[in-house]
Amino acid sequence: MTSSGSPFPPTAGARILSLGGYQPGNVVTNDDLAARVDTSDEWIRSRVGVVSRRFAGPEETVTDMAFEAGAKALAGSGLSPGDIDLVIVATCSTEASIPNVSAVVAHRLGIMAPGAYDLNAACAGFCYAMANASDAIRAGTARHVLVIGSEKMTAWVDPTDRSTCIIFADGAGAAVVGPVADGEPPGIGPVAWGSAGDMAEKITIADRDSFLQQEGQAVFRWATTALHPVALKACERAGVAPGELAAFVPHQANLRIIEAIARKLGAPQALLATDIIHSGNTSSASIPLALSAMIERGEVGSGSPVLLLGFGAGISYAAQVITVP
Amino acid sequence: MAMTEQEILAGLGEIVDEVAGVPADQVTPDKSFVDDLDIDSLSMVEIAVAAQDKFGVEIPDDQLKNLKTVQDVVTYVQNAEVTA
Repeated sequence: MTSSGSPFPPTAGARILSLGGYQPGNVVTNDDLAARVDTSDEWIRSRVGVVSRRFAGPEETVTDMAFEAGAKALAGSGLSPGDIDLVIVATCSTEASIPNVSAVVAHRLGIMAPGAYDLNAACAGFCYAMANASDAIRAGTARHVLVIGSEKMTAWVDPTDRSTCIIFADGAGAAVVGPVADGEPPGIGPVAWGSAGDMAEKITIADRDSFLQQEGQAVFRWATTALHPVALKACERAGVAPGELAAFVPHQANLRIIEAIARKLGAPQALLATDIIHSGNTSSASIPLALSAMIERGEVGSGSPVLLLGFGAGISYAAQVITVP
Repeated sequence: MAMTEQEILAGLGEIVDEVAGVPADQVTPDKSFVDDLDIDSLSMVEIAVAAQDKFGVEIPDDQLKNLKTVQDVVTYVQNAEVTA
C-alpha cells in the first residue's frame, strides 16, 4: 500500500474541545436511604463520603442520559452534528446488550452515520474511550469524536443492600474531542492503562438477574495501593510533573479511596475532585461529570493540565493528563 | 534485625495517628481498634498497608479480621518477622 488510506490527515495530537454533564432531577439524601435500609447519614458520610446522589427515573435510560450529556457537549463545541465522525459510549449498565447506545444516541443527536460503539471498561471506561478517541484522531480515522460515559447503576444495585445502595448513582458526562492546531502540543496525553483479571471476582454483576456485588475491603486495599503508580506513569508519559497539575480528577469511587490516592500522588497543589459528595459513584460518568462541573465553576483555567484516573471492575484502570479546553 | 515489641508498638502508634487521627499515646496494647479507638474496617486496611510499608510484614485481609487489639497486631508482626 502506498497511501495510508485514512479519511483524514494524521495529526500530532487531540484535545478536548468541550464537555457536558447530565444528572437526573431526583436527589436522594442519606436520610432517604436510611428510611428504607439499616444505615445512617453519619455512617454513610464516614465510610464513603456521600451526602446526596441522583437517581434516574424508572423510564429514564442510559441512552436518554447519554443523549442529554452529548447534546450539551456538542452545543459547547461550536460544531454541528455533521462534524462528528465517531461516537464512543463508555457504559457497563445498559438495559440491553444490543442495540448499542452509541448508534442510537448519534441518531438522536442528528449525527449521520458515524462510527459508533459502546465500550465496557466499567468505571475506567471514560479514560479508555478518551484514549481511543485521541488515537483515532491522531491516526486520521476520525476528525471529531463524541465521547460519552453514561450509567444507570441503580438498575443493577440491590436497593436493600446497604453496602452498595449508598454508593452508586446515575448520570452521564460527555466530551467532544478534536485535533490540535498545527504546532500545538497534544491536549490528551498518552494513556497509562492496564488490568488485573486475577481480581475479576472482586466486583461483579454475575448475570442479568443479579445485582452488583463487591468486596469492599479488597477493592479498597487494591485502589489505595496500586493506583498512584499508574497516575504517576500517566504524568511521566505526558511530561507533566505532579507538582504542575492544576487538578486531579479520579473516578469518584469512594471519598476515602480518592483522598488516599491523592495523598500518595504528591500533588498537594492540585485541586482534588470530590464530586462524589453530591453525585455518588456514577461509574464511567463520574470523571466527565466531575471535570465539567469543575470547569463550569471556574476552578480550573483553560489550558491547565488535569490528571484523569479511571479504575474499577475488571479490574481495569486507565489514566491520562488532559488540557482544560 | 527483628524489632522489639516496644519499637513495633511505637511504629504502630505513629501509623494509627496518621491514618485515623488517634493520638499515638492512646495506642496501648490492651486497646481494641473498633471498640476503644473507634477505627472502622477501611481504616484497618489502611493501617495494614502502612504496617506493611513500615515493618515489611504483609497482613492479608483474611488475617486482618482476626487482629482485634493493638497487642494482636504487635504479636502478628513479631511472629511474621521471626518466620520471615
